[in-house]
Amino acid sequence: MTAPLLTTLFPNIDDWAELGQACLDTLLMLGGSLALTVLLGLPLGVLLHLTARGQLAPMPRLNAALAFAVNVLRSVPFIILMIVLMPVTYFLVGTRLGIRGAIPPLVIGAAPFFARLVESALREVEHGVVEASQAMGASTWQIVRHVLLPEARGGLIAAVTVTAIALVGYTAMGGAIGAGGLGDLAYRYGYLSYKSDYMLVTVALLVVLVQLIQALGDWLAARSARRRGR
Amino acid sequence: MPAPSRSGPAVIRFLDVHKSYRVGGRDVPALEPFSLDIADGEVFGIIGHSGAGKSTLIRLINLLERPSGGRVLIGDVDMTALDEPALRAQRRRIGMIFQHFNLLGSQTIADNVAFPLRLAGARDEAAIRARVAELLARVGLEAHADKYPAQLSGGQKQRVGIARALANRPSILLCDEATSALDPQTTASVLDLLAEINRELKLTVVLITHEMDVVRRVCDRVAVLDAGRIVELGAVADVFLHPRHPTTRRFVEEALPEEAAAGEAPFARVPGRILRLSFRGAATWTPTLSRVMRETGVDFNILAGRIDRIKDLPYGQLTLALEGRDVDAALAALRGAGIEIEELPR
Ligand SMILES: Nc1ncnc2c1ncn2[C@@H]1O[C@H](COP(=O)(O)OP(=O)(O)OP(=O)(O)O)[C@@H](O)[C@H]1O
Ligand SMILES: [Mg+2]
Repeated sequence: MTAPLLTTLFPNIDDWAELGQACLDTLLMLGGSLALTVLLGLPLGVLLHLTARGQLAPMPRLNAALAFAVNVLRSVPFIILMIVLMPVTYFLVGTRLGIRGAIPPLVIGAAPFFARLVESALREVEHGVVEASQAMGASTWQIVRHVLLPEARGGLIAAVTVTAIALVGYTAMGGAIGAGGLGDLAYRYGYLSYKSDYMLVTVALLVVLVQLIQALGDWLAARSARRRGR
Repeated sequence: MPAPSRSGPAVIRFLDVHKSYRVGGRDVPALEPFSLDIADGEVFGIIGHSGAGKSTLIRLINLLERPSGGRVLIGDVDMTALDEPALRAQRRRIGMIFQHFNLLGSQTIADNVAFPLRLAGARDEAAIRARVAELLARVGLEAHADKYPAQLSGGQKQRVGIARALANRPSILLCDEATSALDPQTTASVLDLLAEINRELKLTVVLITHEMDVVRRVCDRVAVLDAGRIVELGAVADVFLHPRHPTTRRFVEEALPEEAAAGEAPFARVPGRILRLSFRGAATWTPTLSRVMRETGVDFNILAGRIDRIKDLPYGQLTLALEGRDVDAALAALRGAGIEIEELPR
């Protein structure tokens, strides 16, 4: 029923299974890289925040070094970062291609970005609340764990959402240089073989994916705001 | 005049303490060197204008600010000599409340109050719940345990702050402008609660404010802070009835608007000698004035006056113009009856 309709609409798409596989690959790359980005970027963001001047553990030199590294990584366009990182990628996962080959550059590209978002979310936490916790005898670790992170929850959810959406874009770009997924299809068939309906379908799928991520993020953020009684 | 005080030995001692902040490579003094003892069980007020150094001073007590020099003792513990874990342990014995309450917005009222208990390592949830219920009952918020701070009024939030500050049974409570964000009625009820806590839990309270009225209602002693210096220190009744420093006078006038309104030379056209009489305690309720005036045949004209309380002490203050041959005899008789008299310039 659906298949004939799709074939009439998109005559050039002859392998729908391939398209499905590409979707799955994109989701796998996204899921894997997002998890690792949060795992790496969250501590980095916390460290950036804590070591800044006037914060809980001011360490100007460490802070400057971290900030520099983060800025360097953020100023390299992702596609170039991916090429530059190829030897590193090979060393880390044993291949430069496919989903596995895509994940290291995705994480290295997104983690500094996410860390900055974490840092600014933490900076939004009222200093008075931190001070009150210090007055109650809280250690720095207790403040991070029980005050900063929970109080910044809304901002952190937004940071994950924005990062996930940026990663969708990165995975599509990565497709062009051998990472697979929807970007790969769009590039090979849509661009190199002039099958514009491939382009259309992949773009539509990416739009839907981004919308879903944003909706999920908004829902989580609203739920967290409701929990604060707002 | 004996200070009205139920206080014991010093629990907080500042020994030759000073504090400077480093601003743009230069040390800018916030507090000039001072020494000060705060006694066990008293309510000690610190009043001063914005930027005078009040917050700096109170934050030296729990070492949220480290002194640039000198020592801060709590009981016989030198706070400045402690390492981090020992300092954290000491801080748990000192409660603190703030102008903007500083509650955890992502936690319920009950969890906010339980927070210092959990920080201190409490794990027995039943015991925590019981203690939280007891604290919320003390501040009159039993019904709000499961709400979030954003759902409470300012006065209620400050009550949560107080419950939280009391959780670990501290011996000292620090209040940094705890009522400055509240309306007058709510301020009164929060001050009543602080006075009650001081009385019933024998807690030493250090309270910062820029309103003399707050000092008058709850404090036993007060220090007036002006540009980093303690310019006046004493029992509230003494400071309030006989302010000496210009800054103190201004604070007292703010609390007594009718005096401020009288202006610079209000009595220029009033004949006779202008005197301010202060009555304290029992003297407020005896008809001494009319008796002395009748006996000495002096005429009096009341120019201004009020009867109120300084904490629990009733007091009255009257500004009179006295005329007659025996004014000096009248004044001597009044002084003999325990009334304090100041002659005002005209
Ligand atoms: N962290 C800081 N760095 C530099 N200067 C500071 C710092 N904290 C306070 N100061 C300065 O120290 C002085 C005293 O400040 P403090 O906060 O103790 O005043 P305050 O009496 O509490 O005023 P307010 O009523 O406005 O709260 C001010 O001149 C202020 O600018
Ligand atoms: Mg202040």
